[in-house]
Amino acid sequence: MDTIKLNIDNREVEVEKGTTILKAAQKLGIDIPTLCHFELNGLNVHNKPGGCRICVVEVVKDFNGRPRRNLAPACVTECVPDMVVRTNSIRVINSRKTVLELILSDHPNDCLQCAKSGSCELQNLAIRLGVREIPYKGEQSSYSMEVSPSIVRDMNKCVMCRRCETVCNEYQSVGALSAINRGFPAVVSTAFDQHLTESSCVFCGQCVAVCPVGALTEVDHTNRLIRDIANPNKKVVVQVAPAVRVALGEEFGMKPGSIVTGKLTAALKQLGFDYVFDTDWSADLTIMEEGTELIGRLTKYLAGDKSVKIPLMTSCCPAWVNFFEKQFPQLREYPSSAKSPQEMFGAIVKSYFADKINTKREDMICVSVMPCLAKKFECERDEFKTNGNPEVDYSISTRELARLIKISNIDFNNLEDVAFDSPLGESTGAAVIFGATGGVMEAAVRTAYEVITGKTLPKIDFTELRGLEGVREATVHVQDGLDLKLAVVYGLSNARKMLEQIERGESPYHAIEVMACPGGCIDGGGQPYHHGDADIVKARWEAIYQADKNMPIRKSHENPSIQAIYKEFLGEPCSHKSHELLHTTYFDRKKSIENE
Amino acid sequence: MSEVKIKIRKEVQDKIAAICKHFRNDAGELINVLHQTQDYLGFLPVEAQEVIAQELHIPTAKVYGVVSFYSFFSMTPKGKYAISVCMGTACYVRGAEKVLDAFQRELGIKVGETDKDGLFSLNSLRCVGACGLAPVALVGDKVYGRLTADQVKNIVQEYRDKE
Repeated sequence: MDTIKLNIDNREVEVEKGTTILKAAQKLGIDIPTLCHFELNGLNVHNKPGGCRICVVEVVKDFNGRPRRNLAPACVTECVPDMVVRTNSIRVINSRKTVLELILSDHPNDCLQCAKSGSCELQNLAIRLGVREIPYKGEQSSYSMEVSPSIVRDMNKCVMCRRCETVCNEYQSVGALSAINRGFPAVVSTAFDQHLTESSCVFCGQCVAVCPVGALTEVDHTNRLIRDIANPNKKVVVQVAPAVRVALGEEFGMKPGSIVTGKLTAALKQLGFDYVFDTDWSADLTIMEEGTELIGRLTKYLAGDKSVKIPLMTSCCPAWVNFFEKQFPQLREYPSSAKSPQEMFGAIVKSYFADKINTKREDMICVSVMPCLAKKFECERDEFKTNGNPEVDYSISTRELARLIKISNIDFNNLEDVAFDSPLGESTGAAVIFGATGGVMEAAVRTAYEVITGKTLPKIDFTELRGLEGVREATVHVQDGLDLKLAVVYGLSNARKMLEQIERGESPYHAIEVMACPGGCIDGGGQPYHHGDADIVKARWEAIYQADKNMPIRKSHENPSIQAIYKEFLGEPCSHKSHELLHTTYFDRKKSIENE
Repeated sequence: MSEVKIKIRKEVQDKIAAICKHFRNDAGELINVLHQTQDYLGFLPVEAQEVIAQELHIPTAKVYGVVSFYSFFSMTPKGKYAISVCMGTACYVRGAEKVLDAFQRELGIKVGETDKDGLFSLNSLRCVGACGLAPVALVGDKVYGRLTADQVKNIVQEYRDKE
């Protein structure tokens, strides 16, 4: 390994060739401030445009032994042997501050009302660099705010770091966003400034997750929810997705990876929901439906039926559903017809459960707490409505729930653990792992194995399906003559590769799991901001599998409440009733070019 | 949640597809494709950009990003007589801005716009390589050098008279 020795702030450091000054300084514990730079280490997300110039440093001695004339951006400048760097000279401090003041001169001064206040990287920089006045007065951007079902865009707050553009294009391959125009009018936009709903946007919300400022935020339903809970004529039911319980604690100062299921349930009760249920319950239901569909397709396929669509692809992730409907509608018969757990839950709540508590559908409000912003869009899909009444009325993100708990003056950290209500609150370890990449596949395999073989699994943990690489594959031996070839991907650019492989007729897999966000739902667009700290995502990932281990039952088909609903209401998996309530069809939403 | 439909005449779509094919449908040739498409259509409407995006397998937003970045590319149809005023350094210091203002006043349109009858469009550009004649304006391919603001009225009239 080639290494380089250099000197930063009068301290020697040895780094690998190709290391940037930013990384070399980090090795010494020197944290050079950055703004546009973003990296989610090990999770395939990088943005290194070197554009904002906040991270400038002084190169006192360069490769030629002389000082470099201009300050160098630390995030994109590679170390050279015997380099001498100052990260805190007066020239650096003044330049950084000037750069920041210039950025702030075209930034609305509305921190007190801003949705990002308190977790804004620009605000933190202003505090850190000691900005007390903005001496520059100039033109101000005046874009109108755009609201879509999931995402709010306020480009007046954009600092042109272009992180959103990078995740949208490189990580997701969605291509909804691009930098447009030049000079002062330059901004990140959709094609022809069209509304996000008309663009190729899939509402994954990763642009929101990486935005350093308040330019991209979630549609906030907290006020709507407060009003609904206060309405005595409505029965308000809440469901909570698996990934929320391993991240919510961060908003209350707990260490990343804290599992707060009991406190979360207690907080929801205190907020005044009539019933506090668990999306994990319907994740178990999803496994019954999707698993049965997989076995059905496989049986036909192995019997030589060429018309059957194999691989089966998962359909829980609403951003992924949007993606294939908008970009690969011709392959829309490959994903399972099973609705997502969120929608299955809503469908059951507004039929089976509404009857049980003798309440009319219109008098019920079903709310979900999701780590996701695409779930907000999913709630609004027409096919998930009955006479205009949606299965799930609306979805709030983990961040919105944290705000609601704070607004309501609930001392989250000191809450006594409370259990979910029955019957839609009982779940298994197989359901909680839906929150991480590979989890849906593992849960499906746990059930499919036992259903196909009639035997008990020798080993519950399919560690070969776990991991944080963007594309993973595994072969699971089920019985003689049946080795399941499986793939697990996250990131829609990886999903695109899978779809292209299917299109070429070269896919070697029986089933593929797709999640849009890095590491799965644990880093969904609605989760607490991690500001590029991949260790936070890894801690959530470990917590998901710990939560699985903590469960007494760890296979979906063994969930007694799921067994009961099939017995008394649904009949059997993929029955007529199941199809009516728990399955869906997909649409061709590709932009079409037609001749006039 | 309705589908987005792009309407374009068949021969226009075929011609743009042929231009893309000429450049091997290579995304790296986007700027050349845009040049030829603009030569053909006179401007780059939304529909043309959608076809280019599809042919080159790149997001429409990226195509629009490039079109909006370069002032040479236009999304509004040019007038029959496209007027370009050079705002390069030499022309600028010799009063190009006054000439441009005079054109805006005379035509009643701003830079980047086309007048109501589609007769004149006005643009500024950077250096046409005739700095010795500064300030310079072009009407179509015809070059007018050593311009002053007072001459603008006559130049415009010259073309109006042709109609």
